Amino acid sequence: MNGNGGAHGLIAVEHLTMRFGGLVAVDDVSFDGADRQITAIIGPNGAGKTTVFNCLTGFYKPTVGRLTLNHPENGQFLLERMEGYQIPARAGIARTFQNIRLFPAMSVLENLVLAQHNVLMRASGFSVAGLLGMRRYREAERQAVDLAKYWLDRTSLTERADWEAGNLPYGDQRRLEIARAMCTKPVLLCLDEPAAGLNPKESAELNKLLLYVRDEHRIGLLLIEHDMSVVMEISDRIIVLDYGRNIAAGTPDEIKNNPDVIRAYLGETEDEELPATVARDLQDSAPRS
Amino acid sequence: MAYFLQQLINGLTLGMIYGLIAIGYTMVYGIIGMINFAHGEIFMIGAFVSIIAFLLLGMLGIGWVPLAVLLVMIVTMLLTSVYGWALERVAYRPLRNSPRLAALITAIGMSIFLQNYVQLLQGARVKPLQPVISGGLRFMKQSDFVVSFSYLQIFIIILTLCLMVVFTLLINKTAFGRAQRACQQDLGMAALIGINVDRTISLTFVTGAALASVAGLMFLMNYGVIDFYIGFLAGIKAFTAAVLGGIGSLPGAMLGGLLIGLIEAFWSAYFTVEYKDVAAFSILVLVLIFRPTGLLGKPDIEKV
Amino acid sequence: MAPPSGTTTILPPLDRRAVLKESAYIAIFVFALAFGLVGFKTEDVPGGLEIVTRFGQVFVAALVAFVGRLGMILLREQRPVPVLWGSAAFAAVMLALLIGNLAAPAADLTRYLPFGSVVINWLVTLLAVVFFGRAVWVLRHRSRAVTAGREAVMDRVAARVQRSARVIGPLLLGIAIVFPFLPVADRWLLDIAILVATYIMLGWGLNIVVGLAGLLDLGYVAFYAVGAYSYALLATYFDLGFWVCLPFAGIMAAFAGILLGFPVLRLRGDYLAIVTLGFGEMIRVILLNWYKFTKGPDGISGIPRPSFFGLPFTRNPPDGSESFHSFFGLEYSPLDRIIFLYYLIIALALVTNFFTLRIRKLPVGRAWEALREDETACRSIGINPRNTKLTAFAIGAMFGGFGGSFFATRQGFISPESFTFIESAIILAVVVLGGMGSQIGVAFAAVILIGLPEFFRELQQYRMLAFGAAMVMIMVWRPRGLLAHREPTIRLFPQGPPVKEPKT
Repeated sequence: MNGNGGAHGLIAVEHLTMRFGGLVAVDDVSFDGADRQITAIIGPNGAGKTTVFNCLTGFYKPTVGRLTLNHPENGQFLLERMEGYQIPARAGIARTFQNIRLFPAMSVLENLVLAQHNVLMRASGFSVAGLLGMRRYREAERQAVDLAKYWLDRTSLTERADWEAGNLPYGDQRRLEIARAMCTKPVLLCLDEPAAGLNPKESAELNKLLLYVRDEHRIGLLLIEHDMSVVMEISDRIIVLDYGRNIAAGTPDEIKNNPDVIRAYLGETEDEELPATVARDLQDSAPRS
Repeated sequence: MAYFLQQLINGLTLGMIYGLIAIGYTMVYGIIGMINFAHGEIFMIGAFVSIIAFLLLGMLGIGWVPLAVLLVMIVTMLLTSVYGWALERVAYRPLRNSPRLAALITAIGMSIFLQNYVQLLQGARVKPLQPVISGGLRFMKQSDFVVSFSYLQIFIIILTLCLMVVFTLLINKTAFGRAQRACQQDLGMAALIGINVDRTISLTFVTGAALASVAGLMFLMNYGVIDFYIGFLAGIKAFTAAVLGGIGSLPGAMLGGLLIGLIEAFWSAYFTVEYKDVAAFSILVLVLIFRPTGLLGKPDIEKV
Repeated sequence: MAPPSGTTTILPPLDRRAVLKESAYIAIFVFALAFGLVGFKTEDVPGGLEIVTRFGQVFVAALVAFVGRLGMILLREQRPVPVLWGSAAFAAVMLALLIGNLAAPAADLTRYLPFGSVVINWLVTLLAVVFFGRAVWVLRHRSRAVTAGREAVMDRVAARVQRSARVIGPLLLGIAIVFPFLPVADRWLLDIAILVATYIMLGWGLNIVVGLAGLLDLGYVAFYAVGAYSYALLATYFDLGFWVCLPFAGIMAAFAGILLGFPVLRLRGDYLAIVTLGFGEMIRVILLNWYKFTKGPDGISGIPRPSFFGLPFTRNPPDGSESFHSFFGLEYSPLDRIIFLYYLIIALALVTNFFTLRIRKLPVGRAWEALREDETACRSIGINPRNTKLTAFAIGAMFGGFGGSFFATRQGFISPESFTFIESAIILAVVVLGGMGSQIGVAFAAVILIGLPEFFRELQQYRMLAFGAAMVMIMVWRPRGLLAHREPTIRLFPQGPPVKEPKT
């Protein structure tokens, strides 16, 4: 695995708290995510993982907390002060969704070209040059298609580029969503349960894709995942949330043996959905690494 | 002060009528998530059936007012509900799984159809009715201004309150009410646990139509004239009321109706009567900017 | 699908009681519907109202419903023969009576007809003919899968029409250009053509907002009104010409669009619909009551007619100036102005169309469609929903404004009467019935919805009734719109995808 050598703090979450009315979904969570590393956020259902993502990507305004992103080129961004759509556009954070959100009636290629909206918008002179059919825009669109093609190849979707996104099989839709996120040229990619609903083969391909993104594109990844085979195999660091609190952080090996984590998963309470399976996964993946 | 009180009474009366129509909108929206655009026409049909019934009773010589009004109310509720049922059957059921816009267009189509249907059958002229309930209480003499609270207004307010009680019982206590609430939560789930969804939706339209027909009756008695076009404006006002109160919420519909009625009455009294509709819509826009789901609507937290 | 010929399909036995019961239900139901409003008519008499009864028609209506339902069930259950004979006999008698009545009105055959109104009689006859046709179809095909396959067939038709737009478009345009010089094109037909073209243009304009951006706008007529009044007021107050005012009217309307857009940015779906509807009504009420400025219900008259680049279409131009016919050395014809208006609206419509086709392939256009698909996903890839929505509102409104100026110059007189909600509803119906986002579909729907009823002007009172009924029937028949089909704005494989796409 790629060591932590050249990594530096890409994203810093400090004292993040999110309340909905009386419900505290995230309670004083702090962690960092590094460049060129895969940081996994795990925890039982309802632990507040997706809420953390939604705060990071501007869908929620955190009640308390500071979210800093150090963009290697554009400088530092305080995410909690930015409008939702600016976070991907300027701070370079892209995300995928737990229940896939593509543009289903549009073609696969269109989905990917749309992800380069802001670049193309400038190139089209905010549509004026584009309406006049100027060369500058056509050139920019060609480049956008090239980038799209690149990601289509990486996600083996090239042959289906002209399909309606909604007609793709489930696994392809998952990969397309990642390709679309990558087309925004992010520095941090947030994946919300990318392996959910995938079969073992697709899951293995996903691991490869994520490692490729990390190693070749040298960006940071944040990953929410229940599938421990994915988490343990590819994560560089793991953050564990339980009831909105950060209960542990460390390398996969440290997490596997952390008593708090095991308790959170096996639990004294019985209202978690997958404790048995998750525990088995935890045990299964232990001897392998 | 007297003037203010008078407007309050007028506004409340008007608001009751809007509220009754608004319940139909809000119920249908709650259950199938669509604007029943033709609901205003149902109200108009209710008013027409009422005027016919009044005239017939007059011919039959039934002159005792309470009996006459009761009979008219029963007749109009029955006959108008059939239209509500037909509306659902023709314009909504075939399109339940289609794009939402399709159902909106069929509803607008039905609205145009029903308007012209009534115009064709009953003529385009304004239909007058002699006052059925006259007289009233007069109090608070101030120089030459007297507050009057007519028996008709009292009747409208009391009848609406009674209907609200019956309706609330219907929704909270009966099997239909339970089915209705279940369907409102989740149509698919309701079907899975054995609720007859089609029937529940039909009955929702029927109930809405019955309430709107009573509103039509009240409108007829209050204004004394109707024509085939009254459904449009009353319909959008009532829909505005439903949205203002928070669409899907039954108390919200009543609250919204009262607010719209009061806004109209006070705006006409203290500002200009011409711009009363503008006032109602402006307030709607203002409310929606600050509370996008209306006053009593559940705030919808976006799930991502 | 039709079974191969030679095989006999065994039909399940018919439950006569159930069939009769179902038909009777419908009859009772129609009876209940008709009883109040058909059975009694309020007649104006001096000093109040009187009731006239029409029970005969109520019973006939119920009977028609009973027989019609029976026929539908029989057809559904693959028993076309009785329907065939029944409908044939009925249609023959009706036609004989109706035609006989036309030929010899003196014989007063109408008393044998079931309905008082000739139109309804014709309609019932038509219905019988439709039943007859259906019965013949069922007899020949013995097919149950017709309704299931219909959507797929229409989808294929729509896709084919859309793909051959390169051929069909110019062809239609060619027809549109030579149309005024065809011998059939008289004043009346040209007026209809202008009306249809106006709605095509408005439909294309609204299509940007509703079809592409997915924002349900029920107040489009407001922008139409703003455009019309902008032109009318500028022209009458400042004596400006049509061409100077046109862009200005567009800008004013676009500005109104942004004005509407701001407060409604956060609203979704039906909330948006009601606020836009309210906005449309507000504009109308303001026009109606701001008497000093708009002359209220009296309207603005004497709006200058358009000129051909400064050459007016008048028989006798003022001294020292030329008019269109004298400049070109033509005979004066009052039709010249109509033909010019026709070309003007065709040109405006074309501009709208080309603009839409073009902008669909630009980032803004794609962002509009993406916004329609999923606003949350849009934000996640850095698309600014606010600006995107506002541009859609503004541009859609701009075209509405252009259409409004055209309306004003064509009519020469405008009043708030022309800008009621029904106008918005009709334009929206054109867009949705045609198939949202489909340019040809919108044009097609405008011809059907606007053009066809014009031919039945004599049936004035039935026109809107039929219009409403047609809206319902077309939508029920094809909920996604007649020619709904979306072509991708960009393709990786223009020759067709290497892997065939499953169509859902």
